[in-house]
Amino acid sequence: MITRRLLMTIPILVGTAVIVFLILRLVPGDPASAILGANATPAGIRQVRADLGLNRPLWAQFGSWVSGVVRGDFGHDYITNQSITAELGARLPVTLELAGIAFVLAAVVAIPAGVLAAVRQGGIVAKVVQGLSVLTIAVPDFVFGILGILLFALTLGLAPSSGYVAVSTSLGDNLRSLILPAIALALGLGGVLARVTRSAMLEVLHTDYVRFARAGGMSPVSIVFGRALRNAAIPIVTVAGLQVGYLLGGTIVVEQLFAIPGVGQLIVQAMLNRNYPVVQACVLIFVVGFILVNLISDLLYTVLNPKLRRAGA
Amino acid sequence: MSVPDILAADPAPLPGAAPPGSAAPGDATTARRPWLRTLTHSRSLATGLVLLAIVLLVAIIVPLLDPGGATRLQAQDSLAGPGAGRLLGADQLGRDLLTRLAEGYRISLAVSLGSVALALLIGCPLGLLAATGSPRLGGLIMRVLDVLMAFPALLLAIVVVALFGPGTLVLLLAIGIVYTPIIARVMRAAALETSRQSFVEAARARGASYWRLVLRHITPNSLGPVIVQATILMAVSILLEAALSFIGLGVQPPTPSLGLMLSAGRDFMASSPWVVADPAVAILLVVLGFTLVGDGMQEWLDPKKRAIAR
Repeated sequence: MITRRLLMTIPILVGTAVIVFLILRLVPGDPASAILGANATPAGIRQVRADLGLNRPLWAQFGSWVSGVVRGDFGHDYITNQSITAELGARLPVTLELAGIAFVLAAVVAIPAGVLAAVRQGGIVAKVVQGLSVLTIAVPDFVFGILGILLFALTLGLAPSSGYVAVSTSLGDNLRSLILPAIALALGLGGVLARVTRSAMLEVLHTDYVRFARAGGMSPVSIVFGRALRNAAIPIVTVAGLQVGYLLGGTIVVEQLFAIPGVGQLIVQAMLNRNYPVVQACVLIFVVGFILVNLISDLLYTVLNPKLRRAGA
Repeated sequence: MSVPDILAADPAPLPGAAPPGSAAPGDATTARRPWLRTLTHSRSLATGLVLLAIVLLVAIIVPLLDPGGATRLQAQDSLAGPGAGRLLGADQLGRDLLTRLAEGYRISLAVSLGSVALALLIGCPLGLLAATGSPRLGGLIMRVLDVLMAFPALLLAIVVVALFGPGTLVLLLAIGIVYTPIIARVMRAAALETSRQSFVEAARARGASYWRLVLRHITPNSLGPVIVQATILMAVSILLEAALSFIGLGVQPPTPSLGLMLSAGRDFMASSPWVVADPAVAILLVVLGFTLVGDGMQEWLDPKKRAIAR
């Protein structure tokens, strides 16, 4: 099971690398003049063509690009002429911190809420949880972000409306600068998680072993948390893994809204400046991250469900 | 997954044969019209349809009342508050927000419909081919789709925009490409399920050709889940359109778009909150409409399985 899953990841990684590599090659016109834009001079174009190795065969270009990426070399930013690796190194921790806080917030609130909605099925709590989850799924994260700025930053003055303070400057200010964007991201994610938790729990609560445990006099708390939640965990973990992809997409928009210097802001700026090598690097980072998260969530199955461990090699 | 009675009925009913359920006792009107009973019993379906009807009416009628109003600049009305004559207020350039919202709805709906139609057009044949073709071809198709599915939706759309440059048509194309693997997967799963049913077996035994099997028997009986998925994707594409336009990679000004209105209104929201509140609520209403309709249809098709919207 584990080896099969690892082997399945390889063709996906290769396919992703090919697509990301082709971004730069398929840009209409000559990539060199596309990169240089209006400031293109014949000498500049020659220089960029040589840097990109455009005079070499396609497979050779692909090979040297991949071997660079594997060694952590993403090439150069054609606008600032700095190393993209250094730029990513500065911005990736910011995005990871934002996404991490959002994910934890969503999980800590939504999973207990979903459990409660399943246990008290039909009650007022369940209705509130269900209504809120439909609402948070329907509202895009940047709309929550704007409403949050309007209410908490501009009206109540509880948090800054934009900008980012590094952890090294002040941990408190760092968290304050991230709290609104993190909540904006967490709401939609939480809605989905609460929904999945509820339906997975409902299914488990109606199984025979839960009924027997109840008949045997086991306390409701240990039935719900000791038996039911453990068995409901697989769909929750699957969906949580898939939602990380949307979380990453969400950081692109939310970082733009709150002026947070993460990878999401970098990719939008690079797109608007036609800075394709940077776009390429950011897309690759995001996609590989997403693939790894889903790999981890699949591997978690074997921890959660011992049956799967025995089924395969 | 159990196929509901209506869809599992004889694929080619004899002319004049009584439709299933028509002889059921009880309320005569609802028994004869199963869709009416579904509507009255599923609150989410009914609410969603009402919301979508309102959105559609606004999108169709409002721009007719004031042609060109969405882009007409009226400096004296800059940031005018909601009131008589301007129900939802005006933006920083004095453009009427209600008219701009309605035009924005037109763009949003066109992009969503177009992208979902594109995904259905490419995804359904791919899914059918993967389910009914040779295992080798099916495997190949699914591996290629796996690669596309490895991209988070917004990111794949950004890659397409990178290749063609931003614009409304590119947006439609980008979202369509994002959805193609999703539709293809659902189509494949449903077609595999259907092709195991005995009526398909019977048709094959009668000597039906491949094309007849696929087009006449498998496809019509596998479309249910695909239609539900397409409805949910409509909601997501409104979100994607708004998000991409918001960051400047989607619809380009002066074309009105809900996402663009939000991003342009940010600078004025402290003094004139309606500039952002109007498009925010507008997005909420249409997405909620599609989500609820998708949920309702899902419940109707298979009460045990609940769709995940995003």
